[in-house]
Amino acid sequence: MADVKDFISNDPIAWCPGCGDFGILNALKAALVKLGRKPKDIVIASGIGQAAKLPHYIKCNCINGLHGRSLSYASAVKIANRELTVLVTTGDGDCYGEGGNHFIHNIRRNTDITVIVHNNQIYALTKGQASPSTDEGYVTKVQTQGVISEPIRALEMAIVLGAGFVARGYSADMEHLSWLILEGIEHKGFSLVEVLQPCVSFNKKNTYEWYSKRIYKANDDPAYDPGNYVAALQKASEWGDRIPIGIIYKAEKASYEEKSGLNKRPPLVEEKIDDIDITGILKEYA
Amino acid sequence: MTIKISGEAGQGMQAISTALAKVFKKAGLHIFMNQDFMSRIRGGNNFSQLRVSERPVFTLKGKSDITVCLDKGSISIHKPDMAEKGIMITDRQKFGTEETGPGFFDAPFYDMAKKAGGSELFANSAACGVAAGITKISFRLVEEALKEIFADKPADVIKINIAAAKLGYDFSAKYFRSDAFAVKEGAAAGNLLMNGNEAITLGAIRGGCKFYSAYPMSPSTSIMENLSRYAKDFNIIVEQAEDEIAAINMIIGASFAGVRSMCATSGGGFALMVEGLSLAGMLETPIVAVDAQRPAPATGFPTRTEQADLDFLIHAGHGEFARAVFAPGTVEEAFYLTVKAFNLAEKYQIPVLIMTDQHLADSSRDIDPFDMDKAKVERHIISKEDSKKVTGYKRYQLTETGVSPMAVPSWIEDVIYADSDEHTEEGHITEDGKIRMSMVDKRFYKKMALLSREVEEPTAYNLSGADMVLVGFGSTYGVMKEACEATQGKKLGFIHLSQVWPFPSDHIAGLLKRAKKAVTVENNAGAQLAKLIRRSTGIEVDGSILKYDGRPFNADFLKEKASEAVNNGRR
Ligand SMILES: Cc1ncc(C[n+]2csc(CCOP(=O)(O)OP(=O)(O)O)c2C)c(N)n1
Ligand code: SF4
Repeated sequence: MADVKDFISNDPIAWCPGCGDFGILNALKAALVKLGRKPKDIVIASGIGQAAKLPHYIKCNCINGLHGRSLSYASAVKIANRELTVLVTTGDGDCYGEGGNHFIHNIRRNTDITVIVHNNQIYALTKGQASPSTDEGYVTKVQTQGVISEPIRALEMAIVLGAGFVARGYSADMEHLSWLILEGIEHKGFSLVEVLQPCVSFNKKNTYEWYSKRIYKANDDPAYDPGNYVAALQKASEWGDRIPIGIIYKAEKASYEEKSGLNKRPPLVEEKIDDIDITGILKEYA
Repeated sequence: MTIKISGEAGQGMQAISTALAKVFKKAGLHIFMNQDFMSRIRGGNNFSQLRVSERPVFTLKGKSDITVCLDKGSISIHKPDMAEKGIMITDRQKFGTEETGPGFFDAPFYDMAKKAGGSELFANSAACGVAAGITKISFRLVEEALKEIFADKPADVIKINIAAAKLGYDFSAKYFRSDAFAVKEGAAAGNLLMNGNEAITLGAIRGGCKFYSAYPMSPSTSIMENLSRYAKDFNIIVEQAEDEIAAINMIIGASFAGVRSMCATSGGGFALMVEGLSLAGMLETPIVAVDAQRPAPATGFPTRTEQADLDFLIHAGHGEFARAVFAPGTVEEAFYLTVKAFNLAEKYQIPVLIMTDQHLADSSRDIDPFDMDKAKVERHIISKEDSKKVTGYKRYQLTETGVSPMAVPSWIEDVIYADSDEHTEEGHITEDGKIRMSMVDKRFYKKMALLSREVEEPTAYNLSGADMVLVGFGSTYGVMKEACEATQGKKLGFIHLSQVWPFPSDHIAGLLKRAKKAVTVENNAGAQLAKLIRRSTGIEVDGSILKYDGRPFNADFLKEKASEAVNNGRR
């Protein structure tokens, strides 16, 4: 049985005290303890941003690469070795802004990865410019007259693009969030877990208080069926006085590994490559 | 002998030139075949050139002996390039043209196509038969070749193609009595007919590539297509990425997980990959990336050739890190260097770039079968077996050589941290200046020093006697070789580089010292090689023969330019 101690990293944490990222880190650790796999069998990929530093603060394999590109290498890690549990920790800017194209196409690709988006509705690491999910009207040093672009509707996008698992959590509700992460990992295919994550330094609007007042648990309503596409889209579109958290949409579909046939053979990394015989195909050129 | 087949896009020039190439190859002759296409699917003017010889051939000639025109437009386009005693095959009846005289052979191949039981679509096969008939080659070989080319077509389609070719062949036998273009059987039977991209594909398979990701871009796309054909048999995953940025980042991910991976693109796509290239340098993940160059900037000439990415490839990427850049000159080198690229990338945990161009990518030549002993996989990661013994693993452990042992995630009990921020030996983010310096030394200086020690030696030909030495890289190997061989009195020699980074400075300096005069031969406008030689060795060459019309050099053109340069050189 895994223990939370197994996942302790001794790298000093560089987040601000009170940052919502701590809640996500703890929820992730709790989920991984429940998952019961060894740290060596888990890879966490990340891009650049405050959220993207997370893999250093937990003991798992880590590939901390470029701003926006984490989904690309995460998917490929899974393709290379389907036996690994692959997670991504990314910011809303990293995932929906710089990495927007990869967000779209990795949902379509549907490798079995779990993507945790720390949504603080701001670019934190670069000190407070608007992100794709900053509320309209929010004033920053760049958006001096307030943001004029509409915020991205990432959960709706994910559902429409065919993601089989779309959830939203709240970093201050660790138990609920760790449940969502574990469900995401156990869902086969691309799983999106967006987390409302207060940034105490640069987002003066969407604070703990602001979120706490608005969130409610969608799955507490027994009538809500996350398997219903239309209802899920409706739920995902709610934003304002009431913000739903929980499993918003869930559907079974074939993963990349299944469709490509990867699941029926040993992981690619196990392939013997020392003396590959190509004489058979050379005949085609004779 | 050079045969040119010309027509509009969509008329099947490639099919018949390939068929003819097969015919002559079966007869034991040597082949060089090149496609010249426009960036369109229908119309325009496309042509294939096929050189057939009793001696090995590496390049194109300026003039063609037999020109087959599948449309009227081809006549005026290619007339100026007919050899003095060459012949042009046309269908006067179909084209409504008047050309007569000794240089023209009128053959109603459109009519033959219909007579063979098909539509005009089969005119290419009829014309193929006409051309084959002129060379007096045995029809049995034509039949065999057509069967192979159309192997995946229904039986009746194959039959009509053969019937059309037979009509053409018999027509020539009857009306073209001269032996002027008759070929003798050669001794090169058993060779393979292959182009550069095919060789790279096979090199990747042999080199252990199990993951390939790319975004389509001419002239690199056929690598992805070829690899896809074999993917199932060799358990390779070929993933068409959403863009080149994703492609390179995907192969970095697969490589991090222990799988040999490759991507290919052309200059514009490579521009998008540059950030990822730098990531591979920082993470120290081995990758192999191919740039099949085409004329640029921006979109340039999508289907044509150039060598203007030399400076770009050796410098691409922000920051300083080690890399190797190969520039294969022949189909064989494309194969062997691709295998080597995978070994070298893994040995030093660096990106290895293969710089080719449309000319090498799409030109086929007959080659001896590959020697598999010279194409062996050398692994440099910690094997699964040895992984069990690993403790206290540090991804970026500082070692004497600068190379840290590379472990595969989940094979070792420890976890692996790979980071694109400056990092400690453990792979955690740091801002420590001292650590920074040792990491830069590791990634850059130390690895470059090791790479320099095993750089591919340039090929040198006839340096001592020559009045003039040509110096080139990549696809100009063949044209330099033939231009030198064809000059009387050993007046020309050449040096060819199949690796341009690390630059083989000592080799080149040594070789150039033996040359009376030297000029670079480059398919670019900036004389990038000449400048690179000067930067790396301090030696200034006597000039450069540059071609940047998007077309490859041919032996006649180069010979002429070289003899001009002998007279005008300015050392
Ligand atoms: C190519 C590139 N562009 C810009 C940056 C600078 N940058 C680093 S993080 C970041 C935004 C981070 O915002 P987000 O992803 O929302 O993460 P957060 O810091 O808010 O957790 C930017 C713009 C970069 N590192 N790389
Ligand atoms: S700047 Fe914001 S997101 Fe970053 S660590 Fe501080 S509170 Fe967290």
